[in-house]
Amino acid sequence: MKDLFDNIPDGPLADKWTKYKAEAKLVNPSNRRNIDIIVVGTGLAGGAAAASLGEMGFNVKAFCFQDSPRRAHSIAAQGGINAAKNYQNDGDSTYRLFYDTIKGGDYRSREANVYRLAEVSANIIDQCVAQGVPFAREYGGLLDNRSFGGVQVQRTFYAKGQTGQQLLIGAYQALSRQIHKGTVTMYNRHEMMEIVKIDGKARGIIARNLITGAVERHSAHAVVVASGGYGNVFFLSTNAMGSNVTAAWKSYKSGAHFANSCYVQIHPTCIPVTGDHQSKLTLMSESLRNDGRIWVPKKKEDSQAIAKGEKTALDIAEDDRDYYLERRYPAFGNLVPRDVASRAAKERCDAGFGVNKTGQAVFLDFADAIARFGKDGVEARYGNLFQMYEKITAENPYEMPMKIYPAIHYTMGGVWVDYNLQTAVPGLFAAGEANFSDHGANRLGASALMQGLADGYFVLPYTISNYLADDIRTGAISTEHTEFEQAEKNVQDRLDFFMNNKGTKTVDYFHKKLGKVMWEKCGMARNKQGLEEAIVEIKAIRDEFWKDVKIPGVQNSFNQELEKAGRVADFIELGDLMCRDALNREESCGGHFREEHRTEEGEAMRNDDDYAYVAAWKYKGDNETPELHKEDLKFENIELKQRSYK
Amino acid sequence: MNITLKVWRQNGADDKGRIVEYKMSDISPDMSFLEMMDVLNEELITKGDDPVAFDHDCREGICGMCSMYINGEPHGPEDLITTCQLHMRSFKDGDTIYVEPFRAAAFPVIKDLVVDRTAFDAIIQVGGYVSVNTSGNTQDANSLPVPKADADKAFDAATCIGCGACVATCKNSSAMLFTAAKISHLALLPQGKVEAQERALNMVEKMDELGFGNCTNTGDCEVQCPKGISLENIALMNREFLGASLKSEK
Ligand SMILES: Cc1cc2nc3c(=O)[nH]c(=O)nc-3n(C[C@H](O)[C@H](O)[C@H](O)COP(=O)(O)OP(=O)(O)OC[C@H]3O[C@@H](n4cnc5c(N)ncnc54)[C@H](O)[C@@H]3O)c2cc1C
Ligand code: SF4
Ligand code: FES
Repeated sequence: MKDLFDNIPDGPLADKWTKYKAEAKLVNPSNRRNIDIIVVGTGLAGGAAAASLGEMGFNVKAFCFQDSPRRAHSIAAQGGINAAKNYQNDGDSTYRLFYDTIKGGDYRSREANVYRLAEVSANIIDQCVAQGVPFAREYGGLLDNRSFGGVQVQRTFYAKGQTGQQLLIGAYQALSRQIHKGTVTMYNRHEMMEIVKIDGKARGIIARNLITGAVERHSAHAVVVASGGYGNVFFLSTNAMGSNVTAAWKSYKSGAHFANSCYVQIHPTCIPVTGDHQSKLTLMSESLRNDGRIWVPKKKEDSQAIAKGEKTALDIAEDDRDYYLERRYPAFGNLVPRDVASRAAKERCDAGFGVNKTGQAVFLDFADAIARFGKDGVEARYGNLFQMYEKITAENPYEMPMKIYPAIHYTMGGVWVDYNLQTAVPGLFAAGEANFSDHGANRLGASALMQGLADGYFVLPYTISNYLADDIRTGAISTEHTEFEQAEKNVQDRLDFFMNNKGTKTVDYFHKKLGKVMWEKCGMARNKQGLEEAIVEIKAIRDEFWKDVKIPGVQNSFNQELEKAGRVADFIELGDLMCRDALNREESCGGHFREEHRTEEGEAMRNDDDYAYVAAWKYKGDNETPELHKEDLKFENIELKQRSYK
Repeated sequence: MNITLKVWRQNGADDKGRIVEYKMSDISPDMSFLEMMDVLNEELITKGDDPVAFDHDCREGICGMCSMYINGEPHGPEDLITTCQLHMRSFKDGDTIYVEPFRAAAFPVIKDLVVDRTAFDAIIQVGGYVSVNTSGNTQDANSLPVPKADADKAFDAATCIGCGACVATCKNSSAMLFTAAKISHLALLPQGKVEAQERALNMVEKMDELGFGNCTNTGDCEVQCPKGISLENIALMNREFLGASLKSEK
């Protein structure tokens, strides 16, 4: 299909972005205040974009569903943010960060976008420090770095275990400054429910005021969707409870493509599930793998005894422990990338070596680290994480190894965008975790924060200006257009349907059911039969949902069940697309592991001849099969290699 | 375990509100407090009743969205945690638990346990930032070393999650700890020092204007703060505020 134009500038890789910036069209400062830009989402990507566009003088309207932009899910990121500063003089460079990201992504991302990301990464740190982000420092007063899974340099900047919080507060402060100046109008507790297109261009949104229930029309010359990832399609994930796909999904339904939805990242170090009441999973930062050692017993009897509570980890002799990552991957050991570490844990637990009641847990042991650095040394590094673990599990990790298991954490797939971060719908842009662009089939640790801020602070301000330069004579967009009326009616009809449906089951009932199918059949390992079954099962869940969902309360008021209903309806549709995408991709790469495609040793086997493309799906109608469009990935600067961490 | 809940129900800002009792059985001690509330809501919806509205998002103690006054304390009985981090193992079989919203004139109730805390955003908007624009040419991050002790202190203040427990617990509904945390975070760093006095003046003025009460040094805020934000920040803020007031009187 010829509607996927990547719009990558010509020229050598390292010069593309400089050239783009030099040649980009600009909007004259006096024209900017007459141009409206809607930003949906004020996490790192949207918050940074809204603040920067406001500073430039555009008239920005920003939306979030929480009560304040300071609460976006970005706040929960713990470990850190990458940047090619080479402050540690360990051979880091823009090229190396670029290379690591492409390799880490299992050669399924676009070279030019990734190079630009690596290029602007250093600016992010400068910008954040200028804003007063209190990164960790060494005694000499300079910035400290740590290393993160999957790479061999120390390029991760951090603020204890609260890096996301500190970066988001930085963006929130910049945004607050613009709100005060009047360049940004903030709509808290608003949910975007529809994209409005006029003459093929994105010209506004329909949003619901979550306090009053009012359905509102908002117009603009361009719309940015920065609404985060879709991990909650699995019900249980490390995402915040409200994280959802709705804004991205409405973009898809309005003509943008949804790309690579099967690329989902499973994080190896999360606190295991304890029971049916579980509402979300908690991540223990990846940085723990720097000093913790992962193991299960070598003997099944020992695992069973531990699960029954007859033995503890401390009863297992050193020789009876299987440090399976160190055994299988001597070069990287416990620091292999996330997908590799997660699958290895699943492999051991599936084989019967899991160490808790559910059989789905492995140990993360700090005994050696405590012997090496002392308890105080370990506390200085990981104190807050250990404390968090103890609060949740009521076990003391200084004395007893932690129990961990992989959980859904991040979604690499998302709205398809070109080099401008523009979707196939003119004037509709997507940024941050909501787009598909930079991480290929697997994201490296500490690279999502980098991408969100790169998109928001440094990329969108140029690419949106370039787009809007043609819009200076358009004038204000009226919300009286029939397109607004129609979009509002669609939203209203859906709300009416939910309120009037005389169903018997709660929204969570359907969400949990969907999550189970997704986790079992489209989770850490997939196969053809399972995916085909999942598509049928999801169809049944969808039918039952529309027949039997029950929404209490009234529409024109604060109604959290009604909010959830709309989100889950979209998740169900997304689940179907993810299974189709996973079924289509007859290879294993990054976060997508097809059991049919593995080496004799059980490692993932890519198929570069047939699948070195972005799978971008186009919506064809509610009961139609979506259409697959392929963007071929060209590797001109990097040689494709089998990823090896042995 | 079995629990009796006494929950504040209030249908919108204009409703008077009342305590309603719910009996909960078979509660697992491993559940979080909010998971227990989820169970209650599933039961209420299935019965055809209106579920209890409460704010929450991250459920790991960092977004500051959850609130709730539990048995007379914001975020419940344990120290240094938010409501979403509270587990049922902190209660005993047969306990009666009172659940109410954070109360303060500046935090009007939206519904049940949900309150409007946008007054906090309004305080930040008048000065809780460094006035620097985005640019690709900011000076190199390491060109200005910051003593580690200052950076660490700034970080400690910056870990405030804007939950409002300090206001809810204060008999004067003062927002002093929240405001002071931001003022010290920025005043302790060279990047924020330049505007420190003006910032303090504007933020304190806004705080008063929004209907938060005065600080009479009772120190409850520090005790109830889930992030352990220290009262020292208030002393530091007073220094900046005083400096600014003296100047503006000239
Ligand atoms: C526990 C955890 C730890 C992590 N740790 C790290 C780390 O150490 N390093 C790293 O690089 N990455 C980390 N990540 C990943 C990273 O945090 C996220 O990918 C990133 O923060 C996403 O930012 P975002 O701006 O794209 O979206 P978000 O921060 O999720 O923001 C989404 C915004 O969209 C709004 N929104 C959504 N839908 C709508 C709608 N329909 N209408 C209106 N508004 C809407 C929300 O209100 C919010 O403002 C972590 C993720 C998790 C879950
Ligand atoms: S100072 Fe503490 S109690 Fe007050 S808002 Fe901040 S984190 Fe919450
Ligand atoms: S829900 Fe985020 S702090 Fe409690």
